[in-house]
Amino acid sequence: MSVLIESRGLTKHFDLGNRQIVHAVDDMSLAIQEQEILGLVGESGSGKSTYGKTLLGLLDKTRGEVSYKGKILPARYNSQDFYQQSKKMQMIFQDPYSSLNPRMTIGEVIGEGLKLHSEDSDASIRDQVATWLERVGLHADHMSRYPHEFSGGQRQRVGVARALIVEPEFVVCDEPISALDVSVQAQVVNLLGELKASLGLTLLFIAHDLSMVRYVSDRMAVMYLGSLVETGPSDEVFFRPKHPYTELLVQSNPEPDPDTERHREPVSITGEIPSPVNIKPGCRFAGRCPKVMDICRNTSPQLIALENDVQRHVACHLYS
Amino acid sequence: MKPDAPSDALLQVEDLHVEFDTYGGIVQAVRGVSFDVHPGKTLAIVGESGCGKSVTVQSIMGLIPMPPGRITRGSASLKGINILNNTFINGVDIRGNEIGMIFQDPMTSLNPTMTIGKQIGETLTVHRGYTQKQAYARAIELLDMTRIPEASKRASQYPFEFSGGMLQRAMIAVALACEPSILIADEPTTALDVTIQAQILDLMKDLQSETNMSIILITHDLGVVARMADDVLVMYAGQVVESGSAAQIFYDSAHPYTLGLKTAMPSNTNEQVQKLTPIEGSPPDLFAPPLGCAYAARCPHVMQVCRSQPIKQSFTLADGHQSACWLHHAQCESTTPGLFKKQSGGQT
Repeated sequence: MSVLIESRGLTKHFDLGNRQIVHAVDDMSLAIQEQEILGLVGESGSGKSTYGKTLLGLLDKTRGEVSYKGKILPARYNSQDFYQQSKKMQMIFQDPYSSLNPRMTIGEVIGEGLKLHSEDSDASIRDQVATWLERVGLHADHMSRYPHEFSGGQRQRVGVARALIVEPEFVVCDEPISALDVSVQAQVVNLLGELKASLGLTLLFIAHDLSMVRYVSDRMAVMYLGSLVETGPSDEVFFRPKHPYTELLVQSNPEPDPDTERHREPVSITGEIPSPVNIKPGCRFAGRCPKVMDICRNTSPQLIALENDVQRHVACHLYS
Repeated sequence: MKPDAPSDALLQVEDLHVEFDTYGGIVQAVRGVSFDVHPGKTLAIVGESGCGKSVTVQSIMGLIPMPPGRITRGSASLKGINILNNTFINGVDIRGNEIGMIFQDPMTSLNPTMTIGKQIGETLTVHRGYTQKQAYARAIELLDMTRIPEASKRASQYPFEFSGGMLQRAMIAVALACEPSILIADEPTTALDVTIQAQILDLMKDLQSETNMSIILITHDLGVVARMADDVLVMYAGQVVESGSAAQIFYDSAHPYTLGLKTAMPSNTNEQVQKLTPIEGSPPDLFAPPLGCAYAARCPHVMQVCRSQPIKQSFTLADGHQSACWLHHAQCESTTPGLFKKQSGGQT
């Protein structure tokens, strides 16, 4: 298996003026293998979505680079770059209500990508839209309807069809299920899994629901305040977390099982994710970490492979 | 619907029906909901969006706007006194005094132009006749009780200076100011991160054991239910489809909808990954609810009787465990043995 897309030292800062800089994503190096589902988890404000958007080029990079199949992508996209990349990379957005243009019919929304990227005739595009509507579990005659006529789960299916109709190789799914009801979440997740298998897709699956990420993804990457704290195979990270932050995330994750929950220790994580403006040196989790040491407060830990398991990487002084 | 309810119930709701006038017609949001809340216990109401969870508790609190809303049938009594359409007991408003409520979105539930301390204190000046000064002092104590660090400094701040988790703590402080006997929490942690959710749930549990209040917890997250609930009410399309203790609901699920919810969620009790089984389709239109069982259109075990016969009676399966499903009818149970066999994980 080879690497499809890789970020090296990818950094995205937002300048607020008055020498205030938001460190949304800092020095993220992460490789995604072909036909892999990589789950990206972390609290809100940890920079997951910004990472996904910067990786796709929807946001300009502050520092660092992204390479796709070994080829380095430009730091700032011009319209030609967008045109080329959008055939290979697509995004499924979190909010199925605001990510579809209310004035376009579903057929227009889904067909727009093909209109731009292919020489196909209108009739052929219509056929393909119809096929995709069936494929995501809607009906071909929904084509002439408008987004408001659909439920949240159905709209998210439209979002999936819109992203996949141009047959991309890489898709960033930004919290595709968090706006949906439990019974519908499984519908969308299973749909993504089936399409991934039949089309050979590579996915970056961004979510905050740990159980769902573990279910969906092959590997899991955990972010905290703009940087990676741990990566590894999903089950390993979930059941044998190494970084104290991952441990606390797993501990906080409520299990639909009263026996487990009755015997759960009260959560030891205190405080909240700090502001990403003008971050101090040292480990970013030091302020909330129950295992904090002196070194953590002044030296940033590097993401390194564990000695006994090279598949797992942890950024924590406990392991260096 | 509930035969001989235990008499120690603090709050008893029976056969509640609520409907709303809309441009599209009359929406029957709640269609015959009954439940009891016991002192010091937590009742969780679960279900998908639009199933009537929030409307149920809002009608108890007298928060349904009328019109367009209408409570067409049913009763709710707190300590034996009817409170439906009448939120005053002996001239005292139960809202805030007897029942406190917190909402899903703490950002929009607090007044952005008032300091946190003043908002908490307001409850006490209104309900208890505290002076401004007394109320403010008590507000600081309450913030401290909800584990907000530097409470006296925080009390003088405005909502925008608080994070989501801190605001929810402040909301809890408002709700608990008058030491109510029931706290209604409507999706209290849905807008929060898991780590903050865990903190808030722990806080609610601690406060419950300190004050012996009852909690009605509305949520769609079965994980939260498992963590908090003593008793569970599963709602679907405005009706209660199953009710029982947490163990009965999770380990002896009796209604196909409850079973469906459980298999639609990933579980981490062991390392094996079980394929998720979604519930296909979507909930029925409550403008014209189906004649028979509301879940029939999505139910994998649907029978002819389900579509044609309204299910008026819940079947009692064990002490306190009821399910509104024709599969529990004596005639049916004999034809599908083993459908509801003991599910794994239970100790009961």
